[in-house]
Amino acid sequence: MTEQKRRNGAALAAERLGERVYAMVQELGAIFTLFLQFLSWMPRPPSEIRNILKQMEEVGVRSMPVVLVTATFTGMVLALQSYSGFQRFQATSFVGSVVALSITRELGPVFAGLMVSGRVGAAMAAELGTMKVTEQIDALVTLATNPVKYLVVPRVVAATLVLPVLVVFADLVGILGGYFVSVYLLGSNPYVYVAKTYQYLEFKDIYTGLVKASVFGMLIALISCHHGFVAEGGAEGVGRATTRAVVASSMMVLISDYFMTSFMF
Amino acid sequence: MIEIRGLSKRFGKKVVLDGLDLTVPKGKNTVVIGGSGTGKSVLIKCVVGLLRPDAGEIRIGGEDVTRMDERELVRVRRKFGMLFQGSALFDSLDVGDNVAFALRRLKMFPERQIQDVVEEKLTMVGLRDIQRLMPSELSGGMKKRVGLARAIAAEPDILLYDEPTTGLDPIMADVINGLIVALRESLGVTSISITHDMASAYKIADTIAMLYKGKIVEVGTPAEIRGSSNPVVRQFVEGRAHGPITAESEEFVRFVRRRDGAAAGEEER
Ligand SMILES: Nc1ncnc2c1ncn2[C@@H]1O[C@H](COP(=O)(O)OP(=O)(O)OP(=O)(O)O)[C@@H](O)[C@H]1O
Ligand SMILES: [Mg+2]
Repeated sequence: MTEQKRRNGAALAAERLGERVYAMVQELGAIFTLFLQFLSWMPRPPSEIRNILKQMEEVGVRSMPVVLVTATFTGMVLALQSYSGFQRFQATSFVGSVVALSITRELGPVFAGLMVSGRVGAAMAAELGTMKVTEQIDALVTLATNPVKYLVVPRVVAATLVLPVLVVFADLVGILGGYFVSVYLLGSNPYVYVAKTYQYLEFKDIYTGLVKASVFGMLIALISCHHGFVAEGGAEGVGRATTRAVVASSMMVLISDYFMTSFMF
Repeated sequence: MIEIRGLSKRFGKKVVLDGLDLTVPKGKNTVVIGGSGTGKSVLIKCVVGLLRPDAGEIRIGGEDVTRMDERELVRVRRKFGMLFQGSALFDSLDVGDNVAFALRRLKMFPERQIQDVVEEKLTMVGLRDIQRLMPSELSGGMKKRVGLARAIAAEPDILLYDEPTTGLDPIMADVINGLIVALRESLGVTSISITHDMASAYKIADTIAMLYKGKIVEVGTPAEIRGSSNPVVRQFVEGRAHGPITAESEEFVRFVRRRDGAAAGEEER
């Protein structure tokens, strides 16, 4: 009897898990379909250049402050942590190298990606979700305009182009933050610090970071647009779509980061 | 001409349209009446291809829109203008840009002329000097009229009006009725209008069709509908609370009363 029950419980759990996995695969499929639609609509006229510029401003301006603050403190905490660690084997002169490499290769792009997921992803999902539930997307369709062309293309293009720019600034202030902590708070030699920063930093470290950032931007915009498009059921539905967009795009930033890192290095 | 045959649409288990037939003659205005939630909006969304029906066909000038892919639909949709029940103005654009939207997308006029067209269309719906206002600054009735101006801006052959006079004061409602009639008379526009407002229906309709339980249960000229002997139509046009349309819900209310009464009786005992 209890054996029977337990087996039922296990079957039920398996079924639930199956449903979850199925829903997730379905969602990935939908996002991939949106990506294909993006590709097919992007080159067609009109160019949407004004919309793209507007979105670039939106993405860039909206996220610049948070990205800069996050990157500065990341650089600072990195310097502190690696200093106290490296002290144990008399390697504190390498702090500059560690900060520069970690920021450019990994932390700059990832933290910028996470911040943009929160700010821009939420804004995109909320805006498109509101348009969906108030029939504005239907209205677009009746006015000879494809919603993917008019709404998704500018957002994805803008995010793909702007994220690397944000990351260039993030890298800069991150390294400066590390320099500030090392030189002024921990008393490192500024010349050694700068020399070590340059010594091991390769151009490849920077540009792979920027490529990652681009991919993050594209993923965030696609995922957030998707969640906006499928929003249903008034303000509450828009709220749900927004939360889902932020969670999904943050997760996707970290997951895709692992795979890109393992392929690129 | 729009010919709808055997149109069915359901959402989940809920059957909304159930084998609906309707013919909309060219250059005429067909008014669809029916209770709230009977599927009038769903019907016109199927006509423009915003919703895919589960069965049936919708022929527009001989072409079946239900079998078209997105690309063909885009071409057919250019013939359409649609006024949404909730106006559906783009809230990131001002009134002028809303009305000019299709004109700019289709590059119908040079930019200089677009301003004039926008002004003309807004004047037609009785609005002036509001081009730079945002939709959030408008009243419900103003939004509806801006939505109408946007729908007619590109001078479509077919217009779909979802409750064009709902939320308007009687005078403005009459202005809009007049506009709908004028568009038909002067431009030969074919249209489907949805309304609850029988006064408006009598005024603008060439044909009135009553939607009930997923089907068109009666079609006729305004005079025929007014004199219809169909009890469902009579209840609706006369606006009575008791009759066949509400019989089921009345039955339900009686059932609940009886049950609660019985329960109360049991408690007493
Ligand atoms: N996208 C949708 N998903 C699920 N159900 C829907 C959807 N659109 C409409 N419905 C359902 O279809 C039915 C008909 O809706 P519709 O909006 O066509 O009613 P209506 O006749 O226009 O009513 P009203 O006069 O109040 O506007 C409703 O019961 C509604 O719940
Ligand atoms: Mg409706």
